[in-house]
Amino acid sequence: MRVSRSELWAGRAFLVSLMVFTILPFISIFTTALHPSGTVPNGLDWPANPQWGNFVEAFKVAQMPALLVSSTFIVLAVVPVSIIISTMAGFAIGLLRIPGASVLLSLFVFGLTLPFPGIIIPIYILERAIRIYNTRLAIVLPLIALYMPFAVFWMRAHFVNMPTEISEAARVDGATTWDLFWHIHVPLARPPIASLGILMSVWTWNQFLLALVLVEDPTQRTMAGALGAFQGHYATDIPLLCAGTLLILLPTLIIFILFQRQIITALLQGSVKG
Amino acid sequence: MVLDDHSATAVVSRRTRISKRVRREIVVGWLFVLPALLMYAVFVLIPFLLSIHYSFFRWDGVGPMTWVGLKNYVTVFQVPDLLGTIVNAFWLVVWFSLIPVGLGLVVASVIHRVAPGRLGAIARTVLFLPQVIPLVAAGIIWGWLLALPGLINQILKAIGLGSITRAWLGDFDWALPSVGVIGIWVLLGFCTVLLLTGMTKVDPALYESARIDGAGWFREFVDITIPLLRYEIGVCLTVTVINALAAFDIVYVSTAGGPGNSTAVPGIQIYILAFTERQIGLASALAVMLMILVVIVIIPIQRLSQEIKQ
Repeated sequence: MRVSRSELWAGRAFLVSLMVFTILPFISIFTTALHPSGTVPNGLDWPANPQWGNFVEAFKVAQMPALLVSSTFIVLAVVPVSIIISTMAGFAIGLLRIPGASVLLSLFVFGLTLPFPGIIIPIYILERAIRIYNTRLAIVLPLIALYMPFAVFWMRAHFVNMPTEISEAARVDGATTWDLFWHIHVPLARPPIASLGILMSVWTWNQFLLALVLVEDPTQRTMAGALGAFQGHYATDIPLLCAGTLLILLPTLIIFILFQRQIITALLQGSVKG
Repeated sequence: MVLDDHSATAVVSRRTRISKRVRREIVVGWLFVLPALLMYAVFVLIPFLLSIHYSFFRWDGVGPMTWVGLKNYVTVFQVPDLLGTIVNAFWLVVWFSLIPVGLGLVVASVIHRVAPGRLGAIARTVLFLPQVIPLVAAGIIWGWLLALPGLINQILKAIGLGSITRAWLGDFDWALPSVGVIGIWVLLGFCTVLLLTGMTKVDPALYESARIDGAGWFREFVDITIPLLRYEIGVCLTVTVINALAAFDIVYVSTAGGPGNSTAVPGIQIYILAFTERQIGLASALAVMLMILVVIVIIPIQRLSQEIKQ
């Protein structure tokens, strides 16, 4: 190592100051959340008399149990279905190389460039027409569809690199296409499927625009959508808003701290492949 | 003769069997794609085409549609508030993409050079934290930090800059940069970690020999890091630029486009036009322009990073 001592310390100081910049906002809403409800404290003052009851109050008014159930339901409906159908499509495009595979791939990749707000209006009108507007299905169905470009692209990238010998050997033994898929290639594809599952769970939990436009009742929304509604109601009561925000963040933060390695890897691979 | 006949029919029947099998396999293959394709078509491709279709009409979403040709597009160009959203979108590209990628490069190279061990690992995790929380939460948190009694002003007062304190998100000149800072906070960790991963793939001997030659941080940064990370930089730019142009959550929660229209971006304006003003046609025209904009900006970045990959 030929890094001078002064540079070493300058670099470390730089990193520590950036970490402070990242962490301070969380600390600020935490101390604010402990002030008496309805007051307007300073950004980083420890309260004379910490109001831990604010969290209980926020838990009640935000209807946390209902929100957790709703978000979990949406994740459980979206993620498995997305994984199954995108894995099947990625398998057919990347491994079976069906005629038209490259056209299909371009069609899906095109979707990666579509900005979300660009197609939200027709989705809204469509959902009113087929009468799923304002139900959880209104979030679930478009979300599955919106994940397809990325998910198919991702799974295809895995299957296209699988050696053909595996499939040929299975064919000789008389395996059908379904056997080949279900008994041989899906077990081999577990790592990319797991990463995809993590990614889509985080994205679903944090999905806001679809929830805002397509579902009016906060208890039928995703966590992020519910948080938006909570802000609308309690924008003036800053301590309570901060307490509610922290509560809603808590599940995500816990999951991140538990699975940080997998989540970081998944998100990075996701962007490099995308 | 009999033998020949026999073998001929065998060949024929095998051929029909093969072509039947091949055809069956093609059908089965397409059946595998069908569910994904169907979902994608109904909820993404058809809405995409409908957006284009609506953009040629005047429509409130309920009553009859009136064909107006390109008039909605002309309106977008003529009304300063609408065209202004496109200008703001480019400013957000600076704040949500160029600065995080640039700063991320610096941070990654600093971690790589002075903190390969424990400190670097902690820095990675900490900086990444804002990336996993909902953008709505980031907007709410910073909405409070940037408020008049919030942390930012408290710090400014403490270091003797009390004269410049203000309600940052309510200030016509400062609202957009303030929203930009939220974007930097969210995206810095993502860019840093992505670029750092790229740096670990670079042959360490390159850095080693540069250091033996006495290269400082800056030389190393310009001569090795930037040229060798061009592919990762391209990826990072592509992802962040698409997100910047499509930005909605952070802006909606922190300023809702205000004050005035100073932070209104296309995503926000589309939402307001469609769902509060009921101008579906005009909103769709803006949506189509946004989609074209993304493609125009992305193609050169992709070209560059693809060239490098080869």
